[in-house]
Amino acid sequence: MKLKNSLLVGAALAVLPTFALAQDAPGFDEIGPYIMTTLLFCMAGFLVFFMAAGFAMLEGGLVRSKNVTMQMTKNIGLFSIAAIMYWLVGFNTMYPGDFNGYFAIGGQTVLDPVGVAAADAALDYASVGSDFFFQLVFVAATASIVSGALAERIKLWPFLIFVVVLTGIMYPISGSWKWGGGWLDAAGFQDFAGSTVVHSVGGWAALAGAIVLGPRLGKYKDGRVNPMPGSNLALATLGTFILWLGWFGFNGGSQLAMGTVGDVSDVSRIFANTNMAAAAGAVTALILTQVLYKKPDLTMVLNGALAGLVSITAEPLAPTLFGALWIGAIGGVIVVFTVPLLDKLKIDDVVGAIPVHLFAGIWGTIAVVFYNADANLGTQITGIIAYGVFTFVASLVVWFILKAAIGIRVGEEEEINGLDMSELGMEAYPEFSKG
Amino acid sequence: MVKLIIATIKPFKLEEVREALTEAGVRGMMVTEIKGFGSQSGHTEIYRGAEYAVNFVPKVKIEIVVADGMADQIVETITKTAQTGKIGDGKIFVLDVQQAVRVRTGETNEDAI
Repeated sequence: MKLKNSLLVGAALAVLPTFALAQDAPGFDEIGPYIMTTLLFCMAGFLVFFMAAGFAMLEGGLVRSKNVTMQMTKNIGLFSIAAIMYWLVGFNTMYPGDFNGYFAIGGQTVLDPVGVAAADAALDYASVGSDFFFQLVFVAATASIVSGALAERIKLWPFLIFVVVLTGIMYPISGSWKWGGGWLDAAGFQDFAGSTVVHSVGGWAALAGAIVLGPRLGKYKDGRVNPMPGSNLALATLGTFILWLGWFGFNGGSQLAMGTVGDVSDVSRIFANTNMAAAAGAVTALILTQVLYKKPDLTMVLNGALAGLVSITAEPLAPTLFGALWIGAIGGVIVVFTVPLLDKLKIDDVVGAIPVHLFAGIWGTIAVVFYNADANLGTQITGIIAYGVFTFVASLVVWFILKAAIGIRVGEEEEINGLDMSELGMEAYPEFSKG
Repeated sequence: MVKLIIATIKPFKLEEVREALTEAGVRGMMVTEIKGFGSQSGHTEIYRGAEYAVNFVPKVKIEIVVADGMADQIVETITKTAQTGKIGDGKIFVLDVQQAVRVRTGETNEDAI
């Protein structure tokens, strides 16, 4: 009885405002797209946020147990720093509105006022809060890429200082060239959800760091590669599945609109393509490692799925499911062949971040031309080179400055004992014996 | 007299060997997981495209203390049960024990086992 009463009251309340405001309130046709797109940004943003957990688990599983606490510390540290830097300067640097197309340092992000009126909201887009949040979880993904590649030997604070520069300045400046409506956008460069803008940028920054930092002690000795197997492949697999889930938000949310039948259908189309590319990347790596090494390598299969995802990220909408399949499959091939290639070059990338995010990111950016008629190979390559040169050079400069000023690498004994005890005095698995 | 039998066997054979020894009248044993190499030597594995040597192979070490008269039968039981015919089946060593003491009662030698 009580329930029935409250239901009636609720129904009456729901109906009343409609009558009262019917004359001057905007109809659903006007505010519906704004509401739906804001909802898309919030939900997709949650999914991409969860990718931070995916990166943490992937990296925690692929480093040795003596460095797990440090890896977790870096992951939660980098996400939180990215969130603050993106508010302070990043968001408005990346989306400055009208600007010269190359460079404009923005100020702090200001949200819509509390209870904003429809007349004052960006009805053709979404709320500032949802847009800001959705964009900030992307920059955090870029920083996560760097942490995985440089694991097990970099000091905590120099790494976090690099994250400040990357998330506050470097990524937002280069991001503005495309997504902020800058010169590459004007040139017709296509990158739907960030194979280049997000993933390659992280990969370039990681590559510069790995070169300046040098390989882990004993990784390359007497011309041989000495594998350092990860501590927990169950965690690494969980991390990959979490990233895979998060990618639906990453690519789907990048539709940037959900107010029409076409838009919402496109979001679902992107989900299906994204999933297909991941599956194709994983299966390719599974088969290739079986053929090449006689035994499948789970860590490569995990990287293969992620490479498939990165490959489809530049154009997850236009391809058919078969298109997503072969684009993702080539991502898987790239990983299986470039992980050993980096080892040959003595570039030590602990989790395979550079093959997955940089090399597959370049491939994905090129692959746009196969299904998107607006894309042009020359422009795509121009974009790839522009992002590469800017991010790689800027990262090298920052890494060298950090190296000269405070040093970026732990000492030999600290590295052998593990960063958990030497830098943090805290082990991830204190009840396990040393091994 | 009391003998100490040390046997290193393939880990997957442990349960089978335990059953056979219990049936043969063995009333206690000590089991340790160990690593080592013999004529089997190590082998190579591939991790993320790089080949690496596994120099030590995992084995299980069983230690059994028995009365002199039982030793030959125990050795035979272990040999028969742990054998696969492939390299790496393990080794058995038999040693004399100078003294055995049961902690609870202070009994010694054959009475202690």
